[in-house]
Parts: sequence; structure tokens; C-alpha cells
Amino acid sequence: MSGAWEVVIGLETHAQLSTASKIFSGASTAFGAAPNTQACAVDIALPGVLPVLNRAAVERAIRLGLAVGGRIAPRSVFARKNYFYPDLPKGYQISQYEAPVVTGGEIAIVVDGAEKRVRLTRAHLEEDAGKSLHEDFHGMTGIDLNRAGTPLLEIVSEPDMRSAREAVAYAKALHSLVRWIGVCDGNMQEGSFRCDANVSVRPAGSATLGTRCEIKNLNSFRFLEKAIEHEQRRQVALIEDGGTVVQETRLWDPQKGETRPMRSKEDAHDYRYFPDPDLLPLEISPAWIGEVQASLPELPAAMRARFVAAHGLSPVDAATLTGSRALAGYFEAVVAEVGGEARTCANWVLGELSALLNRLEVEADASPVPPEALAGLVKRVLDGTVSGKTAKEIFEAMAAGEGGADAIIDRRGLRQISDAGAIEAIVAEVLAANAKLVEDYRAGREKAFNALVGQVMKASRGKANPAQANAILKKKLG
Amino acid sequence: MFELPLADLAARLRDRQVSSEELTRLFLGRIARLGAGLNAFITVDEEKALAAARAADARLARGEGAPLTGIPVAHKDLFCAKGWRTTCGSRMLADFVSPYDAHVVEQFDRAGAVLVGKTNMDEFAMGSSNENSHFGPVRNPWDPARVPGGSSGGSAAAVAARLVPAATGTDTGGSIRQPASHTGTSGIRPTYGAVSRYGMVAFASSLDQGGAFGQGARGLALMLNVMAGFDERDSTSVDRPKEDYTRDLDRPLEGVRVGLPKEYFTADLSPDVAACVSAAVRELERQGARTVEVSLPNQALAVPVYYVIAPAEASSNLSRFDGVRYGHRAANYADLADMYRKSRAEGFGAEVQRRILVGTYVLSHGYYDAYYLQAQRVRRLIARDFTEAFKACDVIAGPAAPSVAFPIGEKSDDPVQMYLEDLYTISVNLAGLPGLSVPCGFGAGGMPVGLQLIGDYFGEARMLNVAHRYQQATDWHRRLPPGAA
Repeated sequence: MSGAWEVVIGLETHAQLSTASKIFSGASTAFGAAPNTQACAVDIALPGVLPVLNRAAVERAIRLGLAVGGRIAPRSVFARKNYFYPDLPKGYQISQYEAPVVTGGEIAIVVDGAEKRVRLTRAHLEEDAGKSLHEDFHGMTGIDLNRAGTPLLEIVSEPDMRSAREAVAYAKALHSLVRWIGVCDGNMQEGSFRCDANVSVRPAGSATLGTRCEIKNLNSFRFLEKAIEHEQRRQVALIEDGGTVVQETRLWDPQKGETRPMRSKEDAHDYRYFPDPDLLPLEISPAWIGEVQASLPELPAAMRARFVAAHGLSPVDAATLTGSRALAGYFEAVVAEVGGEARTCANWVLGELSALLNRLEVEADASPVPPEALAGLVKRVLDGTVSGKTAKEIFEAMAAGEGGADAIIDRRGLRQISDAGAIEAIVAEVLAANAKLVEDYRAGREKAFNALVGQVMKASRGKANPAQANAILKKKLG
Repeated sequence: MFELPLADLAARLRDRQVSSEELTRLFLGRIARLGAGLNAFITVDEEKALAAARAADARLARGEGAPLTGIPVAHKDLFCAKGWRTTCGSRMLADFVSPYDAHVVEQFDRAGAVLVGKTNMDEFAMGSSNENSHFGPVRNPWDPARVPGGSSGGSAAAVAARLVPAATGTDTGGSIRQPASHTGTSGIRPTYGAVSRYGMVAFASSLDQGGAFGQGARGLALMLNVMAGFDERDSTSVDRPKEDYTRDLDRPLEGVRVGLPKEYFTADLSPDVAACVSAAVRELERQGARTVEVSLPNQALAVPVYYVIAPAEASSNLSRFDGVRYGHRAANYADLADMYRKSRAEGFGAEVQRRILVGTYVLSHGYYDAYYLQAQRVRRLIARDFTEAFKACDVIAGPAAPSVAFPIGEKSDDPVQMYLEDLYTISVNLAGLPGLSVPCGFGAGGMPVGLQLIGDYFGEARMLNVAHRYQQATDWHRRLPPGAA
């Protein structure tokens, strides 16, 4: 990749809103039901049926709008996007076009320690289509309309990202935010959170945008990154070979690791958008916005700042802890239980606990070690009952369901030995049994001291207070 | 007894002078005898009708009857009725049996009305003559060589020939008032939003409104009492308290201000129709009403505006008829696009296709602003004209159609001439106002003429009051077509 090129990226994200029923009908939105069992008369577009807006979907759009600092339109309009496809029962999709429910706002991202703000263009409400199933029907196509009418919020960013990593950071931040505020479950495998990327390249320093391609089928952060990197290379190579980028929609092929053309601008539909006469303009009162505002949790950015200011955490640790609301909540619960010592708590949450959660592939709120239990362990470390090393062993035992920290300590006899006399006796034994190491130490080999410490810990079965063992050993060795 | 108006039949049912089953058999007999010649019905179901009649009789016997309990009625065939074929006069839905009830159908059922059949109509309510039906044209009971008007021609003809005492219709650009005028029946289109559109197959959503046909204003008021009211399944349904539309029927007309739009009484209006309407206005004056001239300066733009907005909405509304889930699907096709093309070309008639094409065109990129958006702007001006006019009057009076019913085939080849049939009705739809037509005499060829009354928003009761008082002094609405006796 030539350094003379700059990539410009904007993302369009479809977040499926976590409502119990569909955006314009009463049918359930639950995932995974048998085909066409969650499609009512409205969803299959029987003659004469009419859409009725689900206010819970609007409430979620307002939440997102407030969380990104966007403007909530007091009046927005549903429009029909007309095109024929077998999984689009009405022959049009109800969406918002000229007057979306949210405009503006921004998402903060951190890449290589630097914070950047990605501006949002808009977020609008729309309904999802059904699914066409091309396999298993002997040359025919099956249609499953369970997904038809599922509420979506399409969140469109400005072309503010300048690398695939920034795009991924944005997508992750948005993903975290929608889950944080409870508007979307973020399940990318089930398609609850889908990104399309608009990618163009231009000579570095140029102020005008190059011709963009829209890349679809990016159902993981890894694919998003790879697809953008590939598309960036493809466009640069094309231009450097004297060609020009054609505006088109391209599909990411994860098997081949490349994007390929799906449809060109010329093939693009004329969607004939016009305001849907079946739905009145959506009016959102200041009172409604106020209610939603009051129900919003503390947002990740505010919490991050508070963790740094009030707990003295590093910005990186604070950012990691606020990566999900569950993890942040867990951390706060541990700190509350311990009664302070936030940095020690953070180390445990970001260290042992996060490793455990990753291993089990669960969220913090489903941790087998609840925050109270971890706090119990942290307290034993802080009061010197066990060493940090032993505590890790206890943590594993807790994760394995062996009970609370104190019970494990008692059962396994892990209480740290802090009695000077007892440690002195052990040290005396170790010194007597390791004459060679003592000799080496006295000859000036510092390593031998560490080996002697190790022998003391071993002889105490890890229970000797390491600081005390150190001091006594030093004293005895003179 | 068949010639009695709805209210009188209801009284006899309540007094047990006649049973609903007897009454239903009486009208089913008339349908069997006269219906085929008029082609007013697409579906008649004796079995279902008689079962409903017996249920109504049981209810009446318990003394739980409502005004419409036991009254045989017909629904225009674009109201979905569970278990009934709902064709919209189209080959596309020729075999479509609805799995659910429209709000209007539900309300009539709840009131105990007896559904005897579904009436013929212009395909998807597109037409002013009822010649655009896949099931053949409807004939005017006053002269079988003439059209009954449209698109609710089947309902109008059925009520005119007393095949049923009452029927529903829909009015998107005049589809109740114009056929009422042409068949000597009374027909009302309520304010947009007064009657739920749920289950009423859409032609042009912002203009469609369900309404009713009957002999006279009292019957219309009784039907409106059943049909109107808030329905949360229609987002454009207006949430307001239920009202009794019969409450003002007998109010004297002293002091009522009747507006006469000068744009309605021009050379476009046939002299015979003008004479009948003028005589009707004189009758209103005789009863103490005061006439005032009003102006609707944008009246001339109503037809062109309508023929942008209505097709635009229709082109989108009719997209669901794609042969994928229900409705007509071509027997042979090469691929998906071919299936759409053939199914829709075979399933839709010429006028429907014409409007889909026009609607698609006016919504297309590059034309949207010039046509659709411009039409919406003018539509607001047309509505404002009425708002201004209603500052000076309580109801507006005028013709419902420019001339009497024309011979079948006369305007078939000239869509623009056909569109002008709705010259006096369309602006009401664009403004969302209520309107009705009541018989006010006979014009050329002895064909009926209708007096149109237009009310202010939710001014149905006042409109019905004027119509009822007029009918107290006249008997045009009681006249029977020659073959109907």
C-alpha cells in the first residue's frame, strides 16, 4: 500500500431494536422460530391490513439519540421505499427518508491511545424484510417472513474514519453503546447488529472525496476490518494502474477474503420514496424525551471519566472496564463490597476475572464468581490473610464452584503465615539445607537470594508472608 | 315490504312483525330474481346469510336487538370478510378468501346486520362507471343500458333495485356519491378518519373512506352509528367520542346557511342536472335555509391533482399483489421478474395498469417534485378553499355528477372524459371532508339526479339533518326503478 493514499470510511449500521413485538404489528420478534410462525396478517401484507407504530421502537430510537448527543426530531416522517422482492411482502419497506427521528450526535473512539470523535449523520427507524432461503427447495426459493417487520434503527456515520482499525473501533464502540443502553442485544451471528461500510480512497491531503463503494455482508468485526483493508488495497491498485473506481455495491466474500461486485449504480433501484399515507408523522414531545432521558443509565464516556477521576484508574483501564455495562457494573459492585481500593479491584477484574470470562465466553453478569465473592477474596489479599499468588489459586477454586474465599482458605489451610517465629524456623531449616545457595549468595550472586526465597515459600507451602520471609532471610544472611 | 326504508324495517323486526329470516329470504329472493340482470353482486351466500338471520332473530327474541339487528346488508367487495371471497372486482383476487374481518364488517356483524353478499365494483375501486370489473359491468336499474356509476356501482344498484335495504361502499374520489346520484339512492362518505380503513383494501390511502348507501338520510345515519368510531388498528382513524348521527335529523332548517360554490354552477354542468339541483336548493330555502354564494378558486385543479396523488398511492398500495403469497400467479414464467410481469399483467385490468404506470411515473426520481410534491401543495390549497368557504356557510350544496348516468361503453375509450365524472366530488376527498348525495329529481332520459351536500370536518350530523329535512318534503328517494317493483 502506497503511503500517498488515504482511505475514507463511513459506516451504516442496522441495529435490531430489542422490542417484544414488531415495529408495525403485534407479532413476536423472537429469533429462531419455525418459518412463518411469527408473521401475522400485517407482516404478510394481506389485502387491507394497516401498520400501527410500536412506541417501544420509538423509545429505543430516542435512547440512542440521547446517548450519542444527537437531536431528536419533534416530528419525523415514515416513507415507503418501493421495490419488488419476494421477501418484501408489501412491495415496499416502511422507512424514514427525508425526516429521520435522530440527526447528528457522535461516538468517541480510542485508537492507539488517542481519542477521536466520529460524527453521526442520522439514525432512522425502519422495518426489516423477511428472508429468502435458496437451499433445500429443489430449484425454488423458500420465503420466511418471521423477520419481516422487525424494528431496525439504521445509524449512519459521517465519513470520518481513516483506517480499518478506526472503523472497527467505531463499530465496537457503537455495539457496546447499543447494548449499554439496552436498545439492541448486539448479537451479530443472528444479524441483530449489521454493518455496511462505505469506502473510498484519495491522495493523502486531498480535500475531495473519492468515488465510494458500499460493502455489505460484514457480520463480524474481523470481517469488517479485513473487508475494508481489502477494498482499500483494491481501489488503490485500480487507480495506480490507471483505472477508476466505479460507484457500486460490493459483497464481502469471507471464504475468498475479497469483495466482489453486487450491483452497480446504474442497476440501482429508483425507490420512489414518498411519505406513507397509512402513518401519521411521528411526533415526539419534549416530555417524552425527558422521560427517556431520566431512564438512561450513566453512559460509558461519563463512567470512564469518573473511574479516572474518582478511582484513580488509568484511562486505558477505565476504558476497558466500561467496555460493557455488565463489566462496569461488576467492577463497581466489587469496589462497593471491598469499600475502596479501586485499583486493586480493577486489577482483579481486568486480570483473573476477565481471563475467566473470556475462557467461558460469558458476560460479567453471568460470571460463576459473583462480585461479592471476588470482593471477599480481594479483602483477604488486602488484610494479608493470603498472598496474591495464593489468591489466584483460590480464585480458580471459586470459579470451579468450591465456595467462598474464606471457606477455601480454611479447607485448604492456605492462611498466610505472618508469625515471625514460625517463619524464622522455616528460614533456619532452608538455610541449613541449602548451604550451596547460601555460599553463592555470599559470593555476591543475587539470584541465589531469590532461589532461597523460593525454597522458603515452597517449605511453607506458599503460605509464608512473602514480605516477611524476605526480610527475615535478609537478616539471617547478614 | 321490500320497498321500506331501513328504519321502518328495523322497527318491524323489533316489533316482531317480521323475522330476520323472513326478511332475508325476501331479499335473497329479489337478488335471485333481479340480481343477475344487474350484475350487482360478485358473491351471494344464502347459507351464511340465513344462519346470520337466525342468530339475529334469537337476539331480537331476547330483546337485545340494536337498530341494524336482522337487517340484510351487502358489503362492497373490497371489505375483507372472514370466510368470504374478497375480490376487489379483480382477477388478481378472484379466488382470495379473506381470513379476517375488516373493521366495518366486524361492526356490522356486532350490530347484528345480516350479510347477504359482496357487491360488484370497479377493479380496486378505480373507475366511475363500474365497467372496470373483472366480473363484468353493473347495470343501472333505471336503465340497464346505462352505467350505475362507480366505483361502488354494485352497492348503488343493489340498493336502488331494493335487492338489499342497505349497503356499504367506499369513496376515494366520489365512488359513493356519484353512483348514488346515478341510481337515485342516498350515499354518504364520512370525514376522512371517521370510519376505520382496517380491512378495507386500499386504493389511495389518504383519500379512501368507507361509507354507506341507503334509501334516505335516516338509514345512512343509522349505518354511520355502526361504522364510525375510533379503531387503533388504523393509524389515521380519529380518536373522538362516539356520536349519534341521528341526533339532529329533525332539526328545522331555519337559519342554516347553505353555500353554493360558484365554480359548481358553470357550463360544465348539464342543464337538466342544474335544474334539479336548483329546485332542491329552493326547497331548502323554502324551509328557512339561507343560501350564500361561496368560492372554491382551486376547484379546477382538483381532478388533475387527484390523478397524481391517487395513482401515486395506488402504485405502491398494489405492489403487494405480486403473486408470491396469495392472489393470481401466472401459470408459466421464466424467472422472478417474469413471474411478477406476467402475474400482474394477467391479474390487473387496463385501468388499474394505467394508474399503476401513472403513479410509478409521478413518484420517479426527477419527476417527484414536479408532480407529486406539487400536487400535495395544491391539495392543501384546495382544503384551504373549503375552510374559507365554511366560514360563510354550514353546508355546501351542489351537483354530485355533471350529468345523468351515461350509456355503457360511451366513455370507455376516453379515460379523461371518464375522470371528469368526478369533477364535483373529488375536491371533497382531497380536503378529507364528508359529503353525501341524495336523490333530487330526474334529468335526461328519466335518469336520477343527486344533490350533493358537503359538510365541514365531522359535520356529518348537520349534513344528514339537511338531507333528512329535504327528504321529508320530497319523495325522490322513495321512487322505484321500473323493473324493481
